[in-house]
Amino acid sequence: MQTSTDQIWSWLDAVPDPEIPVISVVDLGIVRDVRWDAETLVVRVTPTYSGCPATSVISMDIETALRDHGIGDVRIETSIAPAWTTDWLSEKGRAKLEDYGIAPPQPAGGPERCPRCGSEAVEKVSQFGSTPCKAHWRCTDCLEPFDYFKCI
Amino acid sequence: MSVSVSNDALLQFLLRMGDNTLILGHRVSEWCGHAPVLEEDIALANTALDLIGQTQMWLGLAGEIEGGKSADDLAFLRDAWDFRNVLLVEVPNGDFGRTLMRQFLFDAWHSIMLGRLMTSSDDRVAAIAAKASKEVAYHLERSGDTVVGLGDGTEESHTRMQEALDYLWPYVGEMFASDEVDAKIVAAGIAPNPIDLREEYDALVERILTQATLTIPESRFAHKGGRDGRMHTEHLGHLLTQMQWLQRAYPGAKW
Repeated sequence: MQTSTDQIWSWLDAVPDPEIPVISVVDLGIVRDVRWDAETLVVRVTPTYSGCPATSVISMDIETALRDHGIGDVRIETSIAPAWTTDWLSEKGRAKLEDYGIAPPQPAGGPERCPRCGSEAVEKVSQFGSTPCKAHWRCTDCLEPFDYFKCI
Repeated sequence: MSVSVSNDALLQFLLRMGDNTLILGHRVSEWCGHAPVLEEDIALANTALDLIGQTQMWLGLAGEIEGGKSADDLAFLRDAWDFRNVLLVEVPNGDFGRTLMRQFLFDAWHSIMLGRLMTSSDDRVAAIAAKASKEVAYHLERSGDTVVGLGDGTEESHTRMQEALDYLWPYVGEMFASDEVDAKIVAAGIAPNPIDLREEYDALVERILTQATLTIPESRFAHKGGRDGRMHTEHLGHLLTQMQWLQRAYPGAKW
């Protein structure tokens, strides 16, 4: 009997993002679809940023995780439309990001508060940070720099 | 209903888009480890990464249309005369100010172009444009801010930014040139006529450069020859010797 796609989704929710390991590839919203095509499991993923080097690692991690659960016949499909958006981050993922010290994306275009001390006195250092998906901000109260997961 | 377009015209269009991002991405990556401060180094590397990622999409599609070629084949196994990028993106980086001025002049065109391509009659082109335009919005925000910061900065930075603008301005016109390839692409509804972007471009560039207290040169003279491959600058060949070295020395080498 084929494993249910619900079960597959929950396995994938245990595959960490290689750059931000506190959230899963499902939290990140890059797994768009899981379906069976006869005996082959098809997983459709979408890249975050077009040049993100983590994308190929993510596909490999997904295949490895599914193989560990006994599913060897896997096809990863990559699609770019509709384009990935930070709106697809799960609520759980957003909370975990903040816990980890990365301010989650906000429609206003900047972090709501410092993920360390909670102060709203924050300023932008650079629109670009340690990975393509993050910007570099600083708290003017606790003086700590922090990453902000920028909206796209 | 859209007019059908020859594969050759579509291929030329895709090479123009993909070679622009490839060559500029390579140029910007030359700063990696050399930028004046860490934050700028990271920002330049991220910009280069986005551009190379976009190249994968444009040249990936071009290779598919050409038949059985990969983006890597097109990037690493063509010679200078096969490239279809505008001359602006192949000129050497110069100092940090000139690099950011070139980035701004390109980003302004790029963001307007991608915005129009999002409604392309070709779904594949529209999808790439939708993806890329999100990234380019950040490129433009940063390059625009930096041009203003340096232009309206110290006497030294102002002078250098004015020199950069004077040097680069003659390369701007080529982005708005049209030829028979464009005519076919426009007729098929795939892309706008480049000349139709000029008004919006001028308004955007003038607004930012005025804030930057810089003077736009009056001459509309334009160096051309890149986007039709007729004559690149000598700089492209030097760039390619570095970019393509590994595939030339070890054909077929894989990561």
